[in-house]
Amino acid sequence: MLTAYIQGIGLIGPGLPDWPGAARAIAGEEAYMARPTVVPVPEGLPPAERRRIGATVKLAVSVAQQAVCAAGVDPRRLPAVFSSSGADGLICHEICETLASSDRQVSPTRFHNSVHNAAAGYWSLATGATAASTSLCAYDASFGAGLLEALALATVDRTPVMLSAYETPYPEPLLSKRPQPDSFAVAFVLTPAAPPNAHARLTASLCSSAAGADRLSEPQLETLRRAVPAARSLPLLRLLARRESGNVVLDYLDEQCLTVEVSECR
Amino acid sequence: MTPLLLRHFTATSCIGRGLAATVESLRTQRSGLEPCAFETVTLETHVGEVAGVDDIRLPSTLERFDCRNNRLAQLGMAQDGFIEVVAACVGRWGPRRVGLFLGTSTSGMLETEIAYRQRDAETGALPASLDYAGTHNSYSLAAFVREVLGTGGPSAVVSSACSSSAKVFGSAQRMIAAGLIDAAVVGGVDSLCLTTLYGFHSLQLVSRQPCKPFDVARDGISIGEAAAFALLERAPDSLDSDAVLLLGVGESSDAYHMSSPHPEGRGARAAMLQALEAAGIGADAIDYINLHGTGTPSNDSAEGKAVAAVFADRDRAVEASSTKGATGHTLGAAGALEAVLCALSLQRGLLPGSAHTREVESPLGFEYLCANRERAIARVLSNSFGFGGSNCALVLGRAR
Repeated sequence: MLTAYIQGIGLIGPGLPDWPGAARAIAGEEAYMARPTVVPVPEGLPPAERRRIGATVKLAVSVAQQAVCAAGVDPRRLPAVFSSSGADGLICHEICETLASSDRQVSPTRFHNSVHNAAAGYWSLATGATAASTSLCAYDASFGAGLLEALALATVDRTPVMLSAYETPYPEPLLSKRPQPDSFAVAFVLTPAAPPNAHARLTASLCSSAAGADRLSEPQLETLRRAVPAARSLPLLRLLARRESGNVVLDYLDEQCLTVEVSECR
Repeated sequence: MTPLLLRHFTATSCIGRGLAATVESLRTQRSGLEPCAFETVTLETHVGEVAGVDDIRLPSTLERFDCRNNRLAQLGMAQDGFIEVVAACVGRWGPRRVGLFLGTSTSGMLETEIAYRQRDAETGALPASLDYAGTHNSYSLAAFVREVLGTGGPSAVVSSACSSSAKVFGSAQRMIAAGLIDAAVVGGVDSLCLTTLYGFHSLQLVSRQPCKPFDVARDGISIGEAAAFALLERAPDSLDSDAVLLLGVGESSDAYHMSSPHPEGRGARAAMLQALEAAGIGADAIDYINLHGTGTPSNDSAEGKAVAAVFADRDRAVEASSTKGATGHTLGAAGALEAVLCALSLQRGLLPGSAHTREVESPLGFEYLCANRERAIARVLSNSFGFGGSNCALVLGRAR
């Protein structure tokens, strides 16, 4: 059984600056106002590194820092799961342009920032975290894959773990091949034993997708849920924002969904 | 950690398609590294190219996945009856109970690199034929392999650079231990592309010559490509005498630099110690180490210090080598390829010597093998230390 307690939540999305700022809109207690996502610069990186990182790393690391800060835990020994359907889209585009030109001198910084695990690498630099980290991709199922990996770590290795699921759009011409409306990221700190500041206990299992995933009644949030892999977490976030217990069904792989049972702790 | 059985495994690289050809190359210490004549690359370097990949045809219903990386995956899966053995496993447990965890660094990105040379002159659009999800995207490898093998359980690609297809063993182990699945296909596929060739070159990490791991005159990596797979299950009570088990996994981060390892191998040391602890054995129980050994001055120096520290107190120096002088550095496939080479070492009693290495530093604190050695061995350690500081060590062993 995959079970853990949520100790901290991070969220960055369109009109969703952080969890405290977004919770009421996601809960449906106030109107949702979509605005372009603002990605903050993460803490803890030396100036040179801060200048070099792209939007994807900024997003993945910032949302992780929100969750860790909210949980009040030390990130250095915290295993981390990063999950996204893509790496930095702008850097990928720039590298491909360079390789298609007559001068193929790729920038070394761009190259090492283009890897799928760039976020995990910079996370460890920003926090000094020497615990294991992983960087996953499961295309549209990336949130579910990240959640399962994080819960398995918490359950089997009996360790707290941080999950950061994030997406940033490509620029054109790749944007047309992989459309995405805006950047979105969610992060959790999960722990196997109930901490005093737990939001809720989660238990995840797999189910067939015949019934379909839960939808959101707010049309713009529902659009986000369908269009951005990390936003497949929204039905779960809605339950957490409402501080309710219950079950949610999340989109995962084509033929499978994830059922998450939420037991409210607050 | 409860040991897992490697029910079956296979590997294809520049030293051979499948296990028999690979073993033959190991026995003769053959290197598959040749001067680079790949695509439109004009760099002076050696690569481990797999012959005939572009002649492979994917099943007609899976054309959307067509790219070099998936052709190499197809070629790899077709060796050693791997597809059939997985089908039997899926039949036994049911598709939902068989997971799939694969490593890659560049997947089918070569298709996009080529497509950027064919953009519409007016709009800049990429050709309609480019299927991003089926090729470029990292997950395309798992999506394709899932179709071919018929697995239906949790799936993910791990893309943590050079540790990717070692870490998948850990993901599978945890999912099995959690009771979510009963078996898992793990592995890695990475193929030559312009991004890694020109990218590593820009970081001055690529040698002009075939790489010589741990050599005093080493000066960089040789990039290779490979497809390697293993089928993991809970170990049954009675095991064949040549059964190979996954005994331990250790993982850590360097938290040092994006493209250089920690100079003392701090993260490498932590990963190795964790793997030994998970296996419930001490350093003295290891018979052979397959080193990450890329051939860069900094990796081999850092890894050497870490190994010397972990394996210090032994009566007999531990034997170790890198096989990257034979296969090249296969990046996202390296972890799985080298796990398979370790499994072959265990089964055959063959410790592979390091191709292209002539003279190693002395003293190293362990015995670096430049020539093959044959003796029965029971426990091996395989190191994979990734770019960006993600480290993974695996302990494999024979059933006792």
